[in-house]
Amino acid sequence: VERTDERTTDPQPADPGEGPRRPKERAGPSPLRIVSVLAGAIVAVALFLVAFDFMRQPNANRAAIVGLAIVVGGGGVFLLFWVMNRVVDLISERFRETLRPYVFVGPALVVLAVFLVFPVFNTILISFQDKNSTEFVGLDNYRFVFTDVDMLRSIRNTAGWLILVPLAAVSIGLAFATMADRLRRGEAVAKSLIFLPMAISFAGASITWQLIYSYRPQGFGSNIGLLNGIMLGLGQDPVTWLEIQPWNNLMLMVIMVWMQTGFAMVVLSAAIKAIPDEIIEAARIDGASELQVFWRIIVPTIVPTIVVVTTYMVINAMKVFDIVFVQPANAETNGTVVIAERMIRWFFLLDHNGRGAAIAVVLFVAVVPVMIWNLRRFREQEAIR
Amino acid sequence: MSATPVPVPIEPQRGETVGDVRSGGWFIRITIIVIVILWSIPTLGVLITSFRAEELVNTSGWWTALAHPFRAAEWTFENYRAAIETQGFGNAFMNSLAVAIPATVIPITIASFAAYAFSWMEFRGRYVMFVAVVGLLVVPLQMALIPILRLFTQGLTFGNYIIFPDLDLNQSFLGIWLAHTGFGLPLATYLLRNYIGSLPSSIIESARIDGADHFTIFWRLIIPLSVPALAAFAIFQFMWVWNDLLVAYVFLGGAGQNVVLTVALRNLVGATRENWQLLTAAAFISMSLPLVVFFSLQKYFVRGLTAGSVKG
Repeated sequence: VERTDERTTDPQPADPGEGPRRPKERAGPSPLRIVSVLAGAIVAVALFLVAFDFMRQPNANRAAIVGLAIVVGGGGVFLLFWVMNRVVDLISERFRETLRPYVFVGPALVVLAVFLVFPVFNTILISFQDKNSTEFVGLDNYRFVFTDVDMLRSIRNTAGWLILVPLAAVSIGLAFATMADRLRRGEAVAKSLIFLPMAISFAGASITWQLIYSYRPQGFGSNIGLLNGIMLGLGQDPVTWLEIQPWNNLMLMVIMVWMQTGFAMVVLSAAIKAIPDEIIEAARIDGASELQVFWRIIVPTIVPTIVVVTTYMVINAMKVFDIVFVQPANAETNGTVVIAERMIRWFFLLDHNGRGAAIAVVLFVAVVPVMIWNLRRFREQEAIR
Repeated sequence: MSATPVPVPIEPQRGETVGDVRSGGWFIRITIIVIVILWSIPTLGVLITSFRAEELVNTSGWWTALAHPFRAAEWTFENYRAAIETQGFGNAFMNSLAVAIPATVIPITIASFAAYAFSWMEFRGRYVMFVAVVGLLVVPLQMALIPILRLFTQGLTFGNYIIFPDLDLNQSFLGIWLAHTGFGLPLATYLLRNYIGSLPSSIIESARIDGADHFTIFWRLIIPLSVPALAAFAIFQFMWVWNDLLVAYVFLGGAGQNVVLTVALRNLVGATRENWQLLTAAAFISMSLPLVVFFSLQKYFVRGLTAGSVKG
């Protein structure tokens, strides 16, 4: 139990030691205030301890745990800042305002250092070690990544995902946004319905699509998947949609397109609406056809937005995992493996730290070009500000 | 696009323009209706199947129910009862709440304090720190999983020095909150800094002159002014955490007391492969809250998405 609190108090170091220097200052805080601030901090920590201890009890009332979790998690973080700020108030006036900014950014930097910066270096290290991270094995894990049959297939499949999914989602989203913009009524409803799958988890979506793709062999009940229902209605034999390679990959991609088109559509629609009406009307008056307006005016104007949306989707597609992972069918025998899914399988289900880490590093390296581009874009934006 | 936020008209109010643009819209109208129907089919299938009795689900396609929607005997709540009571989806729903709400509040609070400091406080390394935070935006989640899990289960020592104590955070709510906080922070800081930094400096300066300290300005002035941006990101983050399978699977485990909805769903797929009425009821339980959030706060959600990506 003792251990839990170090986390909560952790980001407020250095301060208590500097408190006593205060008496030299003219209008420094009174001793009473120091005591009350410190006492408040101690009480807060004690309360957190009790709360976290309670949350770990296996047979405590669930509703109570959930309620407590929400209060402690939500309120605790604000309390943390408040206490830290009060502690800074106790410090001599000379250092107070130099120190305060670090109270504001400190927690963010600590969390990022622990949860993103450190892991990047650690994962790289682990990727050169063996199964249990005890011995260095050089490049063995990377050799595995680029020679294993399933790994190579997962790289090919992921390449397919990150080309086809953004292409389809952005095209459909752009077409839909442009057309919906012309509707006199019902635009909001139509857009909501396309956007709705965004609210669904990948796991939920996978189940949802089973109702479309499901296949049952003869003698195992009637086929209840919509596609096979249509096949039967047309007098054809039912098809094992998720087992025909390589098309089953496309079937899974359709799920992601279904989920992400709404995102592309909403963002692109906002960009289209931001185009001044006069420009489009002037073109129309000059006799431009609707297709010309679309290709010569709308598309060129919103190219920056299209690029951003596409990049976002490429990154998402690169990291796709849930859709494949939740499928009841075996990803290996069906040839639907993807990189992120391989990583989880090797690390968690096959207990090989080194290989899991090496796959993660490969994924990271694939994202680096996007990272550099992103930073550059940020700089340009800063220049405009 | 310029660096100013793009206005997002909720109700399209494009003025009546050249007449025939809209009247020639039969093709457009039909295409839109076809796409909308195609997009709605899967969700409709889930909804219908989840209310049908088991033997019907197994003998006829869910679309056949559309032929006679008012035959009351065919509809049942039994699947939901079974999912909630026997399959533990009620419990999982609670767990999802206990994960998602703090995992939304914590990163937003931390990020908005940081965003305020990056925008309105003078300190050394401000620009470098901010660029570093933005740079972290594209570190894939997968890169962080193994080290964090080891940190949670073993701590970190360097020689004889304990750098990060073994806090036994694995499979605990605190652990997953912190993990989600770490993964959500770069985007939150980036978006909120853009918003908070664009507030007029005269407001902050006059408050300074009136003697307000930074904490008061932040809490009394900046936070109320930033509600649209905060709400937009909150919804985004909430949906993300609620729908996340990977982080929950890794840090809360695949089984036990603390499983969240997505993990429970995945387990159910593995355990009862052909139990459609149960799977769909469970899936719909997991979708219910995001759908409510989505439909009631759609305005903010859309604004958040566009603020994040249309800029620049």
